[in-house]
Amino acid sequence: MSIMQSQKVSDDVDATAVAPTSKIRARGLSFWYGGHQALFANDLDIAEHRVTAIIGPSGCGKSTHLRVYNRIFELYPHQRAEGEVQIDGTNVLGPTTDVLDLRRRVGMIFQKPTPFPMSVFDNVAYGLRLEKRMRRSALQERVELALRRAALWDEVKDKLRTAGASLSGGQQQRLCIARAIAVEPEVLLMDEPCSAIDPVGTAKIEQLIGELRERFTIALVTHNMQQALRVSDYTAFFFEGHIVEFGETQQLFERPAEPQTADYVSGRFG
Amino acid sequence: MAPGTVPKSFGDRLFFVVTACAAALVLALLVVLVLRLTQYAWPAISRFGLRFLVDGRWDIGAEQFGAASSIYGTLITTLIAMLIAAPLGVASAMFLVEMAPSWLSGSVGVALELLAAVPSIIYGMWGLFIFAPFMANYVQPTLAGWLGFLPLFQGPKMGLGVLTAGIILALMILPFITAVSRDVFRLVPPVMKESAYGVGATTWEVTRDVSLRYGVAGIAGALFLGLGRALGETMAVTFVIGNNHALSASLFDAGNTIASTLANEFAEADSDLHRAALVELGLVLFGMTLVFQLLAQLWLRRVRKSMGSRR
Repeated sequence: MSIMQSQKVSDDVDATAVAPTSKIRARGLSFWYGGHQALFANDLDIAEHRVTAIIGPSGCGKSTHLRVYNRIFELYPHQRAEGEVQIDGTNVLGPTTDVLDLRRRVGMIFQKPTPFPMSVFDNVAYGLRLEKRMRRSALQERVELALRRAALWDEVKDKLRTAGASLSGGQQQRLCIARAIAVEPEVLLMDEPCSAIDPVGTAKIEQLIGELRERFTIALVTHNMQQALRVSDYTAFFFEGHIVEFGETQQLFERPAEPQTADYVSGRFG
Repeated sequence: MAPGTVPKSFGDRLFFVVTACAAALVLALLVVLVLRLTQYAWPAISRFGLRFLVDGRWDIGAEQFGAASSIYGTLITTLIAMLIAAPLGVASAMFLVEMAPSWLSGSVGVALELLAAVPSIIYGMWGLFIFAPFMANYVQPTLAGWLGFLPLFQGPKMGLGVLTAGIILALMILPFITAVSRDVFRLVPPVMKESAYGVGATTWEVTRDVSLRYGVAGIAGALFLGLGRALGETMAVTFVIGNNHALSASLFDAGNTIASTLANEFAEADSDLHRAALVELGLVLFGMTLVFQLLAQLWLRRVRKSMGSRR
């Protein structure tokens, strides 16, 4: 099967470099919205400290797939997942998983910036305050660190007390990234994080993603193929709930194994 | 068309004139209303001056009128009603939106709308014939037993009085507060809640920190709707409050509110001064609502500033 082929090729390439371990392994992952099946037995490996892009036409299940990893879909009663998602070898879809703990380990960034209705500082401190009581000075340090890592500190250090919603769209999205990384997760799920951001803001966020991969494992859903090409190490191409092809990004864009992938990345459909 | 400019085409100009008239009518009605009320109340205003507001005596025979007992009664019944209905209403709205299964929130929603549609006279009759005896037999003895050392819970356990009126009011405004708060919570964008869940927040934390803050203006509106109704509610209160012009520390004592006094006495007010005093009471109620409105607006402005919602 061609999926195997392209994986095999990437394995060969990896063998020469340092082979990254898989942080997340999805195995036989299927998903239903009520009676409608949206994912069909997806197998996907998300490499540790790498950026894995998930591309595909609208409605192909990219976001759905991502939303299983932190079990955010469970907020909605008619959504159901089957199969396994192993993080560090443990299936997190099992009944014994502490969902709150899982969501602290697996942060998420959404399509639109979602600053909470509170100040810039409180936004970043939000997850930290939930976790444990902290001394003011320690909290300030963590907030500053998160804002620095999100490349936002210099822009907001004088307006930490102003409302999060008063920042520009791109700044708001980086604020949300700071909020997510403040609790030091292991994985960052990004669901089209730049789709509502202007080009300048997008460039900053893309650069940021490149920096964040050293510290976090990143899974990035994007409809923008150029973006996938620019920032990701691996790419998975989704179509109608199936993973058509998965491999190293360069490989997948330049020498796709599947005709469907070739059509999509060359812009013939989608 | 930019707001503030008069349009060129005939149709638009006609539309402009019609809508402008409608808007102006509201203002004009308000001005005329206040002027006429002041005019009718003038004999009382000129006779008693500001003392009207602080004088507790309301003696029709001696033509001595003071609004203090009515103002106190209005405020205390409203306060009791809000203390009960506000937390209950907001909490049940939270439950309905965030936690209840859909069949339950659906049926409770219908029940809420039905409750809100019950005419106030029904609440009054139910209060007088069913709830007041229940208060006299169970609630008041219990309260007096446990908290009787407080002046609030001393006095006659007749079932009628300020406390009963406050509780009836609470029941009446509860459906409003719940229904409006529920709609406010529903309007919180799901992605907003998801991102709070996404950093490991529990349902309670998401509701408290995100939904409640996001909807604070709407919740304030819901509470204000309840407050306004409690302040002005007439029939149900008149049935159960006992209608006595006296200032008493006890919540068990009979009292009166501005609205109940107006309903009780207007038809029998023979002297001009009595009628003028009643109209002045109405003006006072109007003024109270205005003050509450202003306070709420000021508070909201401060809250919004601190959260920076862009609405």
